[in-house]
Amino acid sequence: MAVSSLVTRYASLVTGHIRYNFPPLRSIKESYVSDLSSVTAVLEEPARGGRAPVVNDLTIHVATVNGSGSQSSNSVLMRSIFQMGVPVSGKNMFPSNIAGLPTWFTIRANKDGWTARKREVDVMVCMNAQTAKEDVEALDPGALCIYDAPLNCKAIRNDIVFFEVPFAKLAGELTPDSRLRKLLTNMIYVGIIAELIGIDREEINGALNKQFKGKTKAIEPNVQAIDKGMEFARSSLPSQNRWRIERMNKTAGKIIIDGNAAAAIGAMFGGVTVVTWYPITPSSSLCESLIDYLKQHRIEKDGKATFAVVQAEDELAAVGMVLGAGWAGARSMTSTAGPGISLMAEFIGLGYFAEIPGVIWDIQRVGPSTGLPTRTAQGDVNQVALLSHGDTQHIVLIPSSVSECFDFASEALDLAEQFQTPIFVLSDLDLGMNNWMSDPFVYPEKPITRGKVLTKEKLTELNGKWGRYADVDGDGIPWRTLPGTDHPFASYFTRGSGHDTQARYSEKPEDYKALVDRLKKKYETAKQYVPKPAVDIRDGAKIGFIAYGTTDFALEEARHQLLSERSIETSYFRLRALPFTEELRDFVATHDRVYVVEQNRDGQMGDLIRLELGEDQRKIRKVLHYIGLPCDARFITNEVLRMEA
Amino acid sequence: MDSVLKTGTAEAPKENRIGLKSSDYQGGKSTLCAGCGHDAISNQIVRAFYEMSIKPESVAKFSGIGCSSKTPAYFMQRSHGFNTVHGRMPAVATGAMLANHRLMGIGVSGDGDTASIGLGQFMHMVRRNIPMIYIIENNGVYGLTKGQFSATADEGSKLKTGVVNDLHPMDLCALAVQLGCGFVARGFAGDPKQMINILKASIAHDGMAVIDVISPCVTFNNHEGSTKGYQYSKDHQELLHQIGFVQSYEQIEVDYEPGTVKEVEMHDGSKILLKKLEEDYDASSPIEALKRLHRAEEEGQMLTGLVHLNPQKKSFISLLNVTDDVLATLPLERTRPPKEALAKIMKDLM
Ligand SMILES: Cc1ncc(C[n+]2csc(CCOP(=O)(O)OP(=O)(O)O)c2C)c(N)n1
Ligand code: SF4
Ligand SMILES: [Mg+2]
Repeated sequence: MAVSSLVTRYASLVTGHIRYNFPPLRSIKESYVSDLSSVTAVLEEPARGGRAPVVNDLTIHVATVNGSGSQSSNSVLMRSIFQMGVPVSGKNMFPSNIAGLPTWFTIRANKDGWTARKREVDVMVCMNAQTAKEDVEALDPGALCIYDAPLNCKAIRNDIVFFEVPFAKLAGELTPDSRLRKLLTNMIYVGIIAELIGIDREEINGALNKQFKGKTKAIEPNVQAIDKGMEFARSSLPSQNRWRIERMNKTAGKIIIDGNAAAAIGAMFGGVTVVTWYPITPSSSLCESLIDYLKQHRIEKDGKATFAVVQAEDELAAVGMVLGAGWAGARSMTSTAGPGISLMAEFIGLGYFAEIPGVIWDIQRVGPSTGLPTRTAQGDVNQVALLSHGDTQHIVLIPSSVSECFDFASEALDLAEQFQTPIFVLSDLDLGMNNWMSDPFVYPEKPITRGKVLTKEKLTELNGKWGRYADVDGDGIPWRTLPGTDHPFASYFTRGSGHDTQARYSEKPEDYKALVDRLKKKYETAKQYVPKPAVDIRDGAKIGFIAYGTTDFALEEARHQLLSERSIETSYFRLRALPFTEELRDFVATHDRVYVVEQNRDGQMGDLIRLELGEDQRKIRKVLHYIGLPCDARFITNEVLRMEA
Repeated sequence: MDSVLKTGTAEAPKENRIGLKSSDYQGGKSTLCAGCGHDAISNQIVRAFYEMSIKPESVAKFSGIGCSSKTPAYFMQRSHGFNTVHGRMPAVATGAMLANHRLMGIGVSGDGDTASIGLGQFMHMVRRNIPMIYIIENNGVYGLTKGQFSATADEGSKLKTGVVNDLHPMDLCALAVQLGCGFVARGFAGDPKQMINILKASIAHDGMAVIDVISPCVTFNNHEGSTKGYQYSKDHQELLHQIGFVQSYEQIEVDYEPGTVKEVEMHDGSKILLKKLEEDYDASSPIEALKRLHRAEEEGQMLTGLVHLNPQKKSFISLLNVTDDVLATLPLERTRPPKEALAKIMKDLM
């Protein structure tokens, strides 16, 4: 099949299933497997071992109804595996809905630490009548399917191992309370899986304790439900020895957290003082956790807060408040997603042109427009890099992990004040809302950067002679004063219209040009201060990868696949910020072909990279994953092999 | 009493109580059309802050976009100023006031800036009761874009081109009252005596003070058929009361006939005096205010005065319970929790 027709077919399949509200797993899988497997035979996952159980390498996929309370059961299951010492990740695939629509939760446990999304499901738990058929049809032959008896999944196909469970009956034996019964039903499957794959009872208890914050009253019924599930599995289900979880020690001392909470903690320790927000998935939980943490740690003895949080009337107001606060000297931030970024465009231009600090987190979701509000993407790259009219360029930090969310939260506040400009932090739904394992965050020892601020004393030394927009240091960064500075020459007038070095209104050609040229110089200076890329160059590697953000997880696994399955050695340049730094050119120069892997349709970062490269841009190839689900390793491997062929 | 009502203070001294001259409150040279109402308001702002002895360095000026929004550059040069984007001054000012609640904020906007593009932000700012002064220099048109009707243009009002406005006008005072604003006034750029006292009272108010000032645009809306020009406004101005203002340090004994003057004591100890004219207007009642504004509209009156006053309303800053020190300049020890705090958070996540 010609590459172009393959791509179109692939694309049409994908758009095809987007017409459904919630794509059944099967159509997504088919679009990869059936199309791409015809290209090369190596695309199949290495065959699953014969008799010997697969230890500490499995994916559990749970299908439930949104609002049924399965969240805590899934967390308990994931955490128990984590406490067994096995690296694990948990991804929630949820609808934009409060109750009633289908939702899925995927737990991937992997002894080697590969915790990106994986397409193949080993153990499926079917609890939702709406999706049971599609869920079962999407499974690979040989998978294990545990299902709620009335769904009668076993009738759907015969190459799957089916375990039928009368959940209603079991739950009925636990409590007469119908509401509680619903919640406990979910805990029963935790007990069943635990028994089947060998999770220690004691670790489940630990996980329950954590989940319900040690509240005995809440824990008690759940313990019974888990017992019920385990007991049922022992007495009424055949045992299975295909997938096992065995104790190992790769998680000791690690934490589990989502990127939004990590960012919140980072911002709090980064000394944020003014926070504004307008609710939007998938960013709301960032400011919501921040509010919780601030209330716990930033209320002083007299009961007063060292912060102010405002739930604004919209994102326009949110970013306006951030800039107002930044102008007055506060470390300020807001958090939003694509639609909010679109609204902020005019203000961001003001922040850039009038040189006002502020931090904007963009937890990307699928666009354009409302798009798929609860699915993940990296489609806001162009938008944040160049937001607003006129010539604008922004500093963008791109975390790839929860620990970078933590670090970049304060880094962004520092850079905002250092460069007196809006700073974007580009995260996404996968990183922001899903659970990731991490080393504990390191307490920031270095003092915060407050940038070039002239105090009353400094002004006195200068005899009051200064120019707000004068480049006295040659780095493009001017000095500023804060309103309220008690000196007769402290004030200046801030405006988004043309201005000279003394902040006076000006439409003179030379003043305008000098101003925008200096802003460009400032952006150049930023190259020395933004986080450097993480570069891994392998001897003899002809292929280089460039990726950023959450693509990292799948990419590292894909490199491993390419090396272990095809002996293809690859280098990797993980971009962590804009503007690009000098390392980018060097990396591309030393490789024959460079695959830019990202999660959007147009290869937005790939284009920005091409623009940066000149001659070498012909080396750039794009691997694009844009179906709303996190990128997986096999996809990247297959795409690279296809293009290498 | 009369002198109080006229100027608000006894003879204004050459230097104010903090040793500054009136010239210390001047701004850059105005670039507005000669005779523009906005300049007349700037003059009264300079005078009010000077006479109230407010340190210019403690003031932050804000505006949106429009002729009116340019004026912060034309008064109080020694104060920081911020000419933001069209209709979005409320958000910027809110952020700045949170960052430094010791700033005395004054915002200047236009009827286009506030009643159209910025209506949402304006309403939310009023609702939050951000403690600052918000002046709308209301001329019924968009001056800066050359005279299109704004949302405050009166029904039947005519542009120079002959175009007649047949939409209902928006009354920003009524809106502010409805949203719970504790200080709502309407002034007229052509009545400096009233304006100065409204401004002084607004400086003394702890909370948001909304002042809608009819401010004729001499270039685009001051002709026969316009309802916001000088002559029309003079002819239709209706005073709710006479306003006087007495600063806390002024030991002025004002004698007046019992029942003719209402005294309202402000947080800083100053007093607002409202002298009864023909009608007995109760500025403390929002319902009365709305009724009276409605009647004024029906009768074609340009009603001016202190429409509503409630000095007790809690400001957003006090509701947020932020520390008395300025957030913007808190030292790191107070904004970065200790090592143990992070250790505990990490432990909870293990
Ligand atoms: C987003 C945006 N849209 C439109 C404009 C153009 N514009 C500038 S001032 C103005 C109206 C100003 O009217 P008003 O606030 O009443 O001020 P006035 O000039 O009458 O004092 C408009 C529409 C703009 N600056 N920004
Ligand atoms: S156009 Fe109107 S509002 Fe603008 S400066 Fe001239 S008179 Fe004033
Ligand atoms: Mg106007």
